[in-house]
Amino acid sequence: MKDIILKKLKEKFTKSILEVEEFRDELTIIVRKKDIVPICQFLRDDPELCFNFLSDLCGVDWLERKPRFDLVYNLYSVPKNHRVRLKVRVGDGENVSSVTSVWSAANWHEREVFDMFGIKFEGHPDLRRILMSEDWEGHPLRKDFPLTREEVMFSHNKDRPPRIVK
Amino acid sequence: MDIETLKKIEKPETETMILNMGPQHPSTHGVLRVILELDGETVVKATPDIGYLHTGIEKTMESKTYHQVIPLTDRMDYVASLSNNLAYLLAVEKLLDIQAPPKAQFVRVILTELTRIASHLVWIGTHAHDIGAMSVLLYAFREREKLLDIFELVSGQRMMTSYFRIGGLAKDIPDEFDSKVREVLKTFPDKINDYENLLTKNRIWLNRTVGVGTISAKDAIDLGVSGPVLRACGFGWDIRKSNPYSGYDEFAFDIPTGKKGDVYDRYLVRLEEMRQSLGIVKQALDGIPEGDFVERIPGVVLPPKEEVLSNIEALIFQFKLVVEGFCPPKGEVYHSIESPKGELGYYIVSDGTNKPYRVKVRPPCFVNLSALPKMIEGRLLADVVAVIGSIDIVLGEIDR
Repeated sequence: MKDIILKKLKEKFTKSILEVEEFRDELTIIVRKKDIVPICQFLRDDPELCFNFLSDLCGVDWLERKPRFDLVYNLYSVPKNHRVRLKVRVGDGENVSSVTSVWSAANWHEREVFDMFGIKFEGHPDLRRILMSEDWEGHPLRKDFPLTREEVMFSHNKDRPPRIVK
Repeated sequence: MDIETLKKIEKPETETMILNMGPQHPSTHGVLRVILELDGETVVKATPDIGYLHTGIEKTMESKTYHQVIPLTDRMDYVASLSNNLAYLLAVEKLLDIQAPPKAQFVRVILTELTRIASHLVWIGTHAHDIGAMSVLLYAFREREKLLDIFELVSGQRMMTSYFRIGGLAKDIPDEFDSKVREVLKTFPDKINDYENLLTKNRIWLNRTVGVGTISAKDAIDLGVSGPVLRACGFGWDIRKSNPYSGYDEFAFDIPTGKKGDVYDRYLVRLEEMRQSLGIVKQALDGIPEGDFVERIPGVVLPPKEEVLSNIEALIFQFKLVVEGFCPPKGEVYHSIESPKGELGYYIVSDGTNKPYRVKVRPPCFVNLSALPKMIEGRLLADVVAVIGSIDIVLGEIDR
């Protein structure tokens, strides 16, 4: 099945496919950022592939690398029972086209990616923070966002407000 | 009276009202806030607002070793912690390319199916309570207690068990395990009949649930809905059948489906699922093979305790494993299981160090909740409570 998916995609989008990886029997296709919506549309509508279920959409931050972020689309075909993973590389501050027009499920997933990584989606109907509060500064799942904790209160510092340790 | 006032009297302007439901509303199962725009009693627009329980579990996972992540997974869906453990471990085992021994797989199946029953019991109790049938809650929690006793027996913990480990189980099952589970198998079918007697033909229950919160299978798949909510639409997709894991292909069971996709069908589907789960538990219990409860892979799984106390090599191994953990190969995997709520997936990226570079959880409740506006817009305010209950959400998992 993986060969068919790859062959069909290569026929239709020859220039868009940047890399193909296979690890533990899972197929990952890295595609050009600007072609993500037509590719998703094709994968969903092709009767043989029929990827009608967006399992998951998430970001990964590779701090040192350029472009900095990976956007990962885990797709599943409910009628045909196969999976594929699409990946798009996004630089810091760049926008990506939203796939909410292809799968409505992308709505909350994209809001979460925006909240956690600060990647903006063009054409998203309601791009707001979803988990953090609206006045939150920064994007927590970026690798340069520190894990912090509050200083433990003892008798010697009980009267001071707790200090944030980074 | 001037002409403007006359116009207003003849054709009064209508305006909608904003109503905040939650976050501390008892029927929102935690801290969910829904901003409802109402026209009279009809819901015009519903906007769920989540994040009140956000604890940054995915961020914390990035600073823990692979073993240390297991207790964190318990704390997401806290009414079905063993299912969370299993989904994470199967993903890590896929990353390492190892498999648990048959005995561990059978015990995993038994315990996750019991977890499914326990989770559905919490659901039926709270859902019925929301709609106004108080007594079901008491009966459901009484039965759940027996299941929690089994979890306590095997792991020492009632809810946050962390009993499944990479490569198998934390320790062997005790001798009483078999008799305790068989006791549940014997008594539990009658209890399900009790819930049916209380609810299935109850006229108040039917009035509150039949035809409420309907969603079509096509819309549900487009919105990413999975689990009993999708199966109630008549679409029999279950990951235990479509992509069997942990040896589910060896057991015979049916996938119950509904017809209309309303709250009542979700109720019927979950009740039947409990019966099917009992069947799976019985088959697995009869067939538990002999053997070790964990695959002893050096450098990944802790050596047996007796060896650690008598053999210096084993002690060094244990010490290194506890302090440093292990380093899986570079790569990324996605693995999903059928949790009581739907497709629970883990996407793990490894950069070859002893800590996961990124762990993304695909929580079924998060995606199912995003379909809430579709189910309640255009319906009455009182239906909102019934629909929220029928999706079976756990906010700990949604907010992570």
